[in-house]
Amino acid sequence: MAILSLQHVTYCYNPDQKDAFNAVDDVTLDIEQGEFIGLIGPTGSGKSTLVQHLNGLLAPTKGEVLFRGQNMAEDKKKLRELRFKVGLVFQYPEYQLFEETVYKDIAFGPGNMGLDEKEIDRRVRQAAQFVGLKESYLTSSPFELSGGQKRRVAIAGVIAMEPEVLILDEPTAGLDPHGRDKILSQIDAFHKNTGTTVVLVSHSMEDIARYADRVLVLQGGKVALFDYTKAVFGLSGKLKEMGLSIPEITAALLELKQRGVPVRTDLYTVEDTVAELARVWREKRGDAHA
Amino acid sequence: MRASGGKSGVTPMLKNITIGQYFRGDSPIHRMDPRLKLILVIAYIVLLFVASGIVGMLLCLAAAVAFYLIARVPLKMIVKSLKPIIPIILFTAILNAFFVEGDVLFSWWIFTVSKQGVLFAIVMTLRLIALIAGSSLLTYTTSPIQLTDGLELLMSPLKKIHFPAHELAMMMTIALRFIPTLIEETGKIMNAQKARGADLETGGLMQRIKALVPILIPLFISAFRRADELAIAMECRCYHGGEGRTRMKKLTFHLVDLWGLLVMAALFVGILTAVHFIPPITF
Repeated sequence: MAILSLQHVTYCYNPDQKDAFNAVDDVTLDIEQGEFIGLIGPTGSGKSTLVQHLNGLLAPTKGEVLFRGQNMAEDKKKLRELRFKVGLVFQYPEYQLFEETVYKDIAFGPGNMGLDEKEIDRRVRQAAQFVGLKESYLTSSPFELSGGQKRRVAIAGVIAMEPEVLILDEPTAGLDPHGRDKILSQIDAFHKNTGTTVVLVSHSMEDIARYADRVLVLQGGKVALFDYTKAVFGLSGKLKEMGLSIPEITAALLELKQRGVPVRTDLYTVEDTVAELARVWREKRGDAHA
Repeated sequence: MRASGGKSGVTPMLKNITIGQYFRGDSPIHRMDPRLKLILVIAYIVLLFVASGIVGMLLCLAAAVAFYLIARVPLKMIVKSLKPIIPIILFTAILNAFFVEGDVLFSWWIFTVSKQGVLFAIVMTLRLIALIAGSSLLTYTTSPIQLTDGLELLMSPLKKIHFPAHELAMMMTIALRFIPTLIEETGKIMNAQKARGADLETGGLMQRIKALVPILIPLFISAFRRADELAIAMECRCYHGGEGRTRMKKLTFHLVDLWGLLVMAALFVGILTAVHFIPPITF
């Protein structure tokens, strides 16, 4: 059974006003346990609205959201428990920090779950380790940290709840490339080590291409594409049409192909491209020798 | 500019705030000079207290409704602006009904209700409604910028006694500008803490107050951060207070302002005479 399932989910802002519009429009999809889903789409395509349905912060205007087959809207009292199972990290999560120490802030979620102190302690330390925060930071104030470190603390605050699904809404927005790569690889390691289902919302095709098993492309609140990463990036022409940037490496391959170099254009990682270019190079040399 | 319904999933509780809500339009009332509008609103409020009796109040209210129609602001906005002060209206009405002495209508235990009390309660209720309706029309038809500009100019004679008119007006402008931003921010922070299992809806009074801490602290921090950023941005553009500052849009009086003045004068004379000649309503 799918861990999260959306059935004809529609969400309408200002339903009874003139400027009513559907931010999410008839979305039906299944997310399987243990998957790493990449969610992309142009600005205003409904990404943030959609992810807020996954932990019940927003209730769909039409349709239903199921967690392990259970309709979220059925029992409002269970919503809070559900949020421990589906952890959501918002955009710029560092603005939610409020405690005196990093330790206490990460412990906020587990504390709300009603766990005992020993368990909270274990989870806080483990979560800090997952996001690469040194033990010495745990006793300092979150407001003394740098922007990137604050973000790690905020992500750790959600990971410490040990959710079954971890959703991250643009976790790398506003970070430098180095900080971005580090956070993403830590999230990936967390996904691989714990088997947690991950939904990563991102603007960056590179990030999605590198980590996601399946890619969901939203456009105008509708599902434009939802398929395995390879299949989605094989359609680079279609992605371009939708106004989405394609991974730079794929764009470079397309350019090469246009100039008459016989390369494959459905690749999206640097490693694969290096191998492909090496192959083309060898073939060409082989031709020359023959 | 509608203050409501941000994209970030603003909670319904925060959606009903109408402070500083402005309806863009091109009616004569929209085009009037904000300085004059401010003065006319004050005049209208004075009229509300000078005119007496139910007849006077009804006439004032009718005038307010007429102004709404001229300004093409939906009449339901009157109701909307009244919502937050319903408790105050009820409180005043009940208090007046019980405490004004006169011909006893009925009494029970230590409470007595008099005829005069009931009449006075009705007058007070109508007066409050007209007061809110009239002054709300000012913010509905005047953009916050115009409003603070008008206030600054009206207060500028006080600069002679070192009253910081410009600074006050600037603070008001900034405060109004940031209301929607902070509402949106509050919604975001509430959602973020809810996602970490914060329980904002249940529990006793103390628990609920405690539950506000994770929301208020980030909100304050972000308000200070924004203030800091704004101050730097203003300094980068060489802002140094009101001295020697010129305006892009100079306020000038037009024909429509003369009409506004005349209408208000006519209203004064008309309503006061009417109240004088029409016998007061009794029962």
